[in-house]
Amino acid sequence: MLGKTANGLYWMYRLLERAENTSRLIETGQRIALTSLDSGEEEWRSVLQSAGSLGQFEINRDELTKDNAIDWLLRDRANPSSVLSCIETARQNARLVRTALTNEVWEATNAAYMSARQMLARKVAERDLPGVLGAMRQTTSLVRGMTHGTMLRNNIYNFTRLGTFIERADCTARIMDVKYYVLLPSASAVGTSLDNVQWETILRSVSARGGFRMEYGAGAGRREIAQFLILDKRMPRSLAFCVGKLSDNLRYLQSGMMHPGPAQLKAQTIERTYLSHDVDAVFDFGLHEYIGTFLRLLAELSGQIETDFRFYE
Amino acid sequence: MEKSPIFDEMWGREERLRAPYQRFHDWFDGEDSRRLWAKQREAEELFRLTGITFNVYGRAEADERLIPFDIIPRIISDREWSRVTRGIEQRIRAINAFLHDIYHGQEILKAGRIPREMISTNSAFEPRMLGVTPPGGIYTHIVGIDLVRTGPDEFFVLEDNARTPSGVSYMLENRETMLQMFPELFSQNRVRDVQSYPTDLRQSLADCAPAKTEGTPVVAVLTPGIYNSAYFEHAFLADQMSVELVEGHDLRVVDGRVAMRTIHGYKPIDVLYRRVDDDFLDPLNFNLDSQLGIPGIMDVYRAGGISIANAPGTGIADDKAIYSYMPDIVEFYTGERPILRNVPTWRCSEPDQLSYVLDNLKDLVVKEVHGSGGYGMLIGPAATKKELAAFRRKLKARPGRYIAQPTLSLSTVPIFAQKGLSPRHVDLRPFGLVSPGRIKVTPGGLTRVALKKGSLVVNSSQGGGTKDTWILED
Repeated sequence: MLGKTANGLYWMYRLLERAENTSRLIETGQRIALTSLDSGEEEWRSVLQSAGSLGQFEINRDELTKDNAIDWLLRDRANPSSVLSCIETARQNARLVRTALTNEVWEATNAAYMSARQMLARKVAERDLPGVLGAMRQTTSLVRGMTHGTMLRNNIYNFTRLGTFIERADCTARIMDVKYYVLLPSASAVGTSLDNVQWETILRSVSARGGFRMEYGAGAGRREIAQFLILDKRMPRSLAFCVGKLSDNLRYLQSGMMHPGPAQLKAQTIERTYLSHDVDAVFDFGLHEYIGTFLRLLAELSGQIETDFRFYE
Repeated sequence: MEKSPIFDEMWGREERLRAPYQRFHDWFDGEDSRRLWAKQREAEELFRLTGITFNVYGRAEADERLIPFDIIPRIISDREWSRVTRGIEQRIRAINAFLHDIYHGQEILKAGRIPREMISTNSAFEPRMLGVTPPGGIYTHIVGIDLVRTGPDEFFVLEDNARTPSGVSYMLENRETMLQMFPELFSQNRVRDVQSYPTDLRQSLADCAPAKTEGTPVVAVLTPGIYNSAYFEHAFLADQMSVELVEGHDLRVVDGRVAMRTIHGYKPIDVLYRRVDDDFLDPLNFNLDSQLGIPGIMDVYRAGGISIANAPGTGIADDKAIYSYMPDIVEFYTGERPILRNVPTWRCSEPDQLSYVLDNLKDLVVKEVHGSGGYGMLIGPAATKKELAAFRRKLKARPGRYIAQPTLSLSTVPIFAQKGLSPRHVDLRPFGLVSPGRIKVTPGGLTRVALKKGSLVVNSSQGGGTKDTWILED
């Protein structure tokens, strides 16, 4: 496979994953804005932070309002991580790697692109927002479904997985990075309704409210949430799950090679050093420092993948 | 009944249904036009979803557009086709012999059949190819011959495409679409297969691999990138042949071979099906500013380290100025009379021919020697007085840039229009694959149709559409 093709696949799936994550962040932000009357600008600030585009937002938009934030995250082409930008660029990458994709995957990607272009052509009215967000998640999920159902399990597939799970781990970690304080066992606000709202926000942002309740029960608190999002290998958006998948796929890519590659070793190190203890060790290390370290290592891993597989010259 | 000057491929000149259309006609009579309209829309949706689009140059936004597809097939009998095939094969043999001669002994120039300056001053002539023999001796691995028809057995060659002919993906996708939408038509008619084209292409390219090849030849398609108007086709062909689709920056010269950057290091390529122009192939040898090419590929090529399809410098054979000499070229190299006729052509570079053209401008089509895509041409009968006058000035200023041809009464084929079937002018581009000792012409081709009533311009950039083309087995 060409290095360029690996690169295109990796970014195609990173961006599709990002489009999905961003639309989920918007949905969560909107829900909080509607249900908790004292939330406001602050909540959108943290949504933008979680999406990693607060800085860009402040440069491009005058005022932090709900409408502005939603429009920026959903359809502003100046924002390379807006849902529209992500889907357009993902489709651009899909064209680049067209020969590596099945017809089904290509057509699903093209359909996602066509519906994004159509539904996001104009500012989305509040009453249309749930429908539009749902459609964006559905069309991108269709690409994932087609990938799952029609693509050979070969190195092409491995790169689609690498892109997906780097992005997903990054997203989950960033959500925790922004809201880490509500998961800390500090004295204030414990058990208050604010606390509960914030916990729920975190869980909703990763589509994990139901799963969490099912596994940990209604009375569970911050410690369990951290455990769930960081270490629970059954949870498909947890850090441990994502890094496990990265590690597996890097191992497949290296099969037949004499030695494990540098990226594979990096992924194994992250797993061993940061994801094989219990959650108390995480709190002892310091949750915020832990998440910060994880994000840095993940970025390094991504860079190493690019080098190992010759994405660029 | 009155005889029409225009030959319709379904109804002839005298409104009598022609044999190849018999079964189609019976089927069509039993169809409900609402169902057909739904099918026509379905076809468009299918094309949009598959992403068969082309980019239009010169537009502010790099717009992706669909080439309109018409669901009514164009049907040609095997008997009519076999003559066309022989004609194309003959022409391709002549083109390859001509190219070899021009870059070696230049016998045809010595014999005075073509003026020397037609070659030496021609920008399509490639001096770096002098004395170079490509692997297998093949210059034009893929050829598209543009034909027009004026009667049952009257086919004219409008243009030879010996550089990087495009459009084959439409031929294949059009067939795929028809098979999906009207399977019953293919049960009723024995239509010859075009779908083996990608397999044939891969085989044909592999057969032209250089002597240095070890094991199964590695083939790759070279594209200028996703912004090129034919990118879809490049990706499509690479995909169908199961070979890599590469860009210049994926390639470099390693140990005297052209190699592509894979995830596990550089891997040599034996045959490069390039879809970039000569000028952009090698920044060291041709255009220093090119970002599309591979520095040093020409040196590898001259040393026999890679096969390039089509060879650099083939443009000298399909140049519009050379076109008018094609009957001579065919005779000179094959010793036979040309099976396919040329459209009579006046070379405006020659004073007496120019004066004829100027006197008869309103009846002629004038083309730029180096133009393509239907841009910069004058269709005399359709032009206003003002346009004619403007063109006359251009001709006088730079006569060498133009050739002129009579307006032929191009055949028509029905399209599906508001009021049922309605005739439109068409042309045809069949494709030939060339490997040592073998020329294979795919039974079918790309039919382009001028969708505007009465229009003679079939180019997709000027509102033309396409049709599936059927060659019926006898």
